[in-house]
This record gives sequence, structure tokens and C-alpha cells, in this order.
Amino acid sequence: MSTSSSISTLVATPPLHNQPVPQSAVVLRPRTGWFIVDWATLWRYRELLAFLALRDIKVRYKQTVLGAVWAVIQPFVMMVVLSIFFGRVIDINMEDKTSGIPYPVFLYSGLLAWTFFAGAVTSCTNSLVSNANMLRKVYFPRLIVPLASVGVSLVDYIVAFSVLVGLMFWYQVEPTAQIMLVPLFVLVTIIAALGVGIGLSGLTVSFRDFRYVVPFMLQIWFFATPVIWPVTIVDESYHWLLRLNPMGGTIEALRAAVLGTPIDWAALAISAGMAALVLLVGVAYFGQAERRFADVV
Amino acid sequence: MHDSVIQIHNLGKLYRLGGHTRLDQTIPDAINEKIRGAMGLIRRGGLATPKKDNREFWALRNVSFDVALGEVVGIIGRNGAGKSTLLKVLSHITDPTEGYAVVHGRVASLLEVGTGFHPELTGMENIYLNGSILGMSRREIKQKFDEIVDFSGVEKFLDTPIKRYSSGMTMRLAFSVAAHLDPEILVIDEVLAVGDAEFQKKCLGKMSEVAHSGRTVLFVSHNMNAVEELCQKVVLLNGGCVKRCSTDVRDVICEHLFGEDQEHLAHEWVNPGKEFDNPWFKPQRMLLTDSDGKPVNMPLSNNSDIWVQIEGEVDRLDPALTIGYAVYNEAGHALFWSYQTDQSEDRWPKLHKGTVTLRGRVPKRLLNEGTYRIEFIGGLHCRQWLFEPAVHAPSIAMTIQGGLSDSPLWIRKRPGLIAPVIDWKTAA
Ligand SMILES: Nc1ncnc2c1ncn2[C@@H]1O[C@H](COP(=O)(O)OP(=O)(O)OP(=O)(O)O)[C@@H](O)[C@H]1O
Ligand SMILES: [Mg+2]
Repeated sequence: MSTSSSISTLVATPPLHNQPVPQSAVVLRPRTGWFIVDWATLWRYRELLAFLALRDIKVRYKQTVLGAVWAVIQPFVMMVVLSIFFGRVIDINMEDKTSGIPYPVFLYSGLLAWTFFAGAVTSCTNSLVSNANMLRKVYFPRLIVPLASVGVSLVDYIVAFSVLVGLMFWYQVEPTAQIMLVPLFVLVTIIAALGVGIGLSGLTVSFRDFRYVVPFMLQIWFFATPVIWPVTIVDESYHWLLRLNPMGGTIEALRAAVLGTPIDWAALAISAGMAALVLLVGVAYFGQAERRFADVV
Repeated sequence: MHDSVIQIHNLGKLYRLGGHTRLDQTIPDAINEKIRGAMGLIRRGGLATPKKDNREFWALRNVSFDVALGEVVGIIGRNGAGKSTLLKVLSHITDPTEGYAVVHGRVASLLEVGTGFHPELTGMENIYLNGSILGMSRREIKQKFDEIVDFSGVEKFLDTPIKRYSSGMTMRLAFSVAAHLDPEILVIDEVLAVGDAEFQKKCLGKMSEVAHSGRTVLFVSHNMNAVEELCQKVVLLNGGCVKRCSTDVRDVICEHLFGEDQEHLAHEWVNPGKEFDNPWFKPQRMLLTDSDGKPVNMPLSNNSDIWVQIEGEVDRLDPALTIGYAVYNEAGHALFWSYQTDQSEDRWPKLHKGTVTLRGRVPKRLLNEGTYRIEFIGGLHCRQWLFEPAVHAPSIAMTIQGGLSDSPLWIRKRPGLIAPVIDWKTAA
């Protein structure tokens, strides 16, 4: 055949059939039963996790003129609007109820944490669908995708945090050593966001409806969480209900850590526990649904 | 055998068609899916799946074969035969529904080049991202970075977002990353058909290098020349089942190209319904006729007037439309192609909307005695195939016997792919 010769001439390497059969064997078979996270594989793919998170961050900050400013604008404008609304229009003396913290600072610190949470949940939910092609064409632990999607929100949070520092200066709110606890509470927020997001990302693969459900759900959740209002306006007997909300105690703690007010550890513990529980359920569902992703997405 | 690196046992993959309703699924998507599903069912003769349950079907069934260390295995078959599905199962992307496969060693799969490429990122960023998606470590990519860039030939544009690349450049970059994978087992799905001719040659060269380096390779392609050149073993899939699996590469390829057996290839092809639906030329019938359009009977004398007649519907006129036929011999070699646009422009047959009957002559006394497959080919020149040769195009058979020459000394079949009668004279 005429093409044969032209191809063969390109080859210089002689055959070397003397390598041993590699020992490691993978058996590909139908999977059944419950799936537990394969930490070893996940760890092996940590670089991919970093690259995917980095990709999202780069893409987000690349083509926008204002870049990082966008991360600030949303919570900041919300803060301005809401403080005018509550401060002037409704005219509640919020300052009393928020333990002496000026309402704008109180509001902004809460909005910041919430924006972080809501952003993480949203990108997590959409992550599998927006990386559909990867799911169809390459193998990697699927969990990597929702995990990596949280990176953008985290960076946004850090960027927007700088404005909070400015605001605290302006209103002369002095931080205490408690501020060192912020990373810990951010971690709890991430757990809560992943817990909700991972399960939803799996559901979105089969039912795109969830793309529309999630923003709606987050909106309602926003009002049910002490973001724009202090817990003190709620009757004590209902506080347990607030704490069952994974973000309830968490947002409180995050805010308290930044502003140097007392931290309600009990509330945090319950909320964190709920977050962990939701995460467990989410991951368990994900493990089940994962098998279908490549076929269905 | 003990040194097989891949053992496949009764592998099966069941797909659910339709399934959940997806809100964002576009209507063309949905239709496409339905058609693909239906074609899968038709191809398997509707036997494998009970009729009542047409929402499920086996894309793979009872597939078993072994791949030895260092073997280069070609996987061929018609569209929808299950080739990609098999590769997906073997590269761990999707689980089989039944059976199992044992794979020894690190697998890299290339079902597509440039998976995960992001248009906003620069060439360099994409190299790292794509490399990491394909399973390379950062260090590995760093080491091979210069090589990758060299191979791709886009070094000047490394800091440009790839959305500013031409599609060819993107492909080259993508293939270059893929070409520098270093796994023990490489699984490739039809990724060679990218870029310009020069780059394709480079890709084939690289493929051949990989194939000859002792690495185990599974290779899906519709390019039979490449398969024949690169592979030591070929698996022919048909409707999800292994139809042939043999080291006699040529033989399996012939079987694939000619279908069941050539004798049974009809002398006339009639479009069964909606096949090859397109506005430019929807073929209705193809047959061999004499110059008056009367169907001819086989076998044909090599000296007779033979025309390939193609009838079809034209809805939209396009000057780039090329319609023609390809002739293959029994060994599956393409002897020649011919299009209605082969001559100078003023001699092209005029097409009009509606039913068009085109007739192309089969040259007298060019072919040898034997049975040939005449394949209807066509497309929009340089844009797309409508009826791609050796991939998806209708065929009919033609048998030539006798009429080889007017000479009393040449009355029997001679060796040679063709048998033209040549003019001879003595020099003055
Ligand atoms: N995710 C899926 N869900 C449902 N059906 C599918 C899915 N993927 C593939 N199929 C079906 O499985 C069959 C085999 O598809 P496959 O992609 O393996 O074909 P192929 O041999 O690679 O074809 P081609 O030559 O066109 O690439 C087709 O009928 C296709 O419609
Ligand atoms: Mg395919």
C-alpha cells in the first residue's frame, strides 16, 4: 500500500517488547452499593483540582475591566441600599440590637459571608453541567469538579474582605484577636456550601430544573438567615430553629469573629454539625449519581 | 495468555434513551438523540432488544477480547457500532452494565483533543490545564513544555488567548499536548482527523512512533489506511458486538468495507426513507444503466457502455455541491473517485431544484475483470461531506466479465488492479 511506506519511514524507534506487564490492575465492572469517597484517588488528582480552580479564577478576573471590583460591588451596593432602607425608611434603631456595631458594618460583614456562601452554592450546582464535556471525555474523580468550583467564591470573599477592613476603620470598629478565627469559620461556610452544592450538582446533571430552583431557594434562605437582621430581634424560644440552618450559627460566628463581639459557640456547633450532615448526605448521593454522569450529562 | 494487559470479558453497556426530560435540551438535540437511538436499533435488526422496551438498548454486548502487551489494536465499525462506548468503558469514564474488563497499567485516553480548553486562557495556560486534565503532573508538563510548543508550532502565540487562534492552531496545540502523554496504555478515538494535510501527516507519524515504541494502543478510526498501517490486530464491531477480531488486518478491513459479502451487495440502491436527508442533494436511487438509462444486467462486458445513475432531490442549489462515485475492488482498495465537477466549469452538468438525475460514465476497458463496489460519494466542496466515502455512503455492486480487449491474445483476466488497453506503435 502506497501510504504505508511513507508512514514507516517516519519511524526511527525500534520495537521494544521487553517491558514487563505492569502490575497495577484496575478492574472495570458495574458498581453497586454505597460509595465512599476514594480519598487516595482524590489526592492523586489534587493538581487537577488546583488547575480547575485556577482556571475559573483566571477566567473570572481576566476580561472584566474592573476585575476584582466586581467582587466588592455586589455586597457593597446591597449594604448601601439595605442600610438606607432599614436605617432611614423603616427607621429601626438597629444599632441597639446589634450590640453597638454600626448597622452598615454589621450588614456588610453578613452580606459578605452570605455572598460567599450563595456564590459557592451556585457555582457548585452548575459546575458539572458547565464541565459536561470533560465528564464525557476523560476520567477523573468527579468530585473534583464541584470542589474546584468553590475557589472563585473564596477569592471573591478575600477581595471583598478588604473593603470590610476599610469600613471598620471608617466606623472605628476595632477588631480583636478573635479575627484569627475567621479562616476556621470560612471553612465551616465552605463545608455548608459544598454540602448543599455537591448534592445539587449531581441533581442538576439529570434535572436541569435545579438551575432555576437554586437561585430561588437561595433567595428565600437569605431572608431566613440572620444576614440583614440580628438574631436578637427573634424571640429566644425560636433560636434553636435558626441554629438548625447550617448558615445560621455560622454567619453569626463569622461576623462576631470579625467585629470582635462574643461568639455563640453553641449555635456555631449546631450549625456546623448540620452543615457536616448535609455534606455527608450530598456526598453519598453524589457517589450514587456519579456513575451516570458521563452518560446523562 | 498471561501477558495480556487488557482482558475484556462479556462487556456490555446498556444505554437508556430519552430518560429524564431536560429543560435545556434543545429540540434539534432531542431529535438527534432519537434518530441515533433508532439507528442503533435498526442496525441490530431489532433482535437484541424486545420491541416493547425501546427506551433502553445495548450499545455494547458480549464483547470479549484480549490485548497483549505492546499490541496496537484497531477498532473499526460503522457509525454507532459502539466503538467510542467501548473506549469510554475501558478508560473508566463510564461503568459497564455487565461483564468486566481488567486493565493493567496507566491508561491515558484521548477521546477528543483539547478537552477542557478554555477560550479565554492563553496557549500556555491551556497547555497546563489540558495536560493536567489528561492526567499529566505539573512537573511532567513543565519538562515537556518546550517539546509540546515545538511540535505545535504556535510558539509565537503562547501568550495569546486561544479564542484568537485559528481553529487549526487550536487543534495543533491540543494534539501536541495529547501527543506528549506518556502512559502505558493509550486509547485513541479518531483524533487524527484534525488540522491541515501537513499536520495530519505529522500526527500520523507521531501515532506510528507511539505504535512502534512498544506501547499498547487501542485505536478507533475510520481511516482504513491508517488502521492497516498501524495496527497488528483489528476488532470489527457491529451493533455493539464483536463481529471479527483477528490479526489478519486486511481481511477484517475488507469485511468492514464490503459488509456481509460482496455477492449480496445489491445492484441497485433505493433510499429506504429518510436516510441522508439534506437540502442540497437527497439521494433517492442509484443504479447502473446503459446510455439510454435502461438498467443493465450483470455481469457486464468491459467494453459496454455503463453509466452510474444517481437520482436525488435538490432543495437548495449550492455551487460547491460535488456528487460522484468511488470504485473499490474486492480487496477494498479505492481505485478512483469521480465527481460531476471534474471537468472545466462550462462542462459541468446543470443542476436544478427538484428531482435530478445525474449520470456518470464508467470508463470502458479500464477496470479488470472482477466485482467492484461502487460507492456514492458527495459533499460540499471543502465544507462538509454529505456522503462520506468508507464511512457512511450507499453502495452498489458491479461485476465485469469479458470484453477485455479486441485482441485474440488477450481474452482472460490478467494480473493487475486495472486492465487498460494501451496504444502501441513502432518508432518511425
Ligand atoms: N450517553 C449516551 N446515551 C444514550 N445512548 C448513547 C450514549 N452514547 C452513545 N449512545 C448510543 O450508543 C451507540 C454507540 O455509540 P458510539 O458513540 O459508541 O458509536 P461509534 O461506534 O463511536 O460511532 P462513530 O463512528 O459515529 O463515532 C449509538 O447508537 C449511540 O446513539
Ligand atoms: Mg465514536
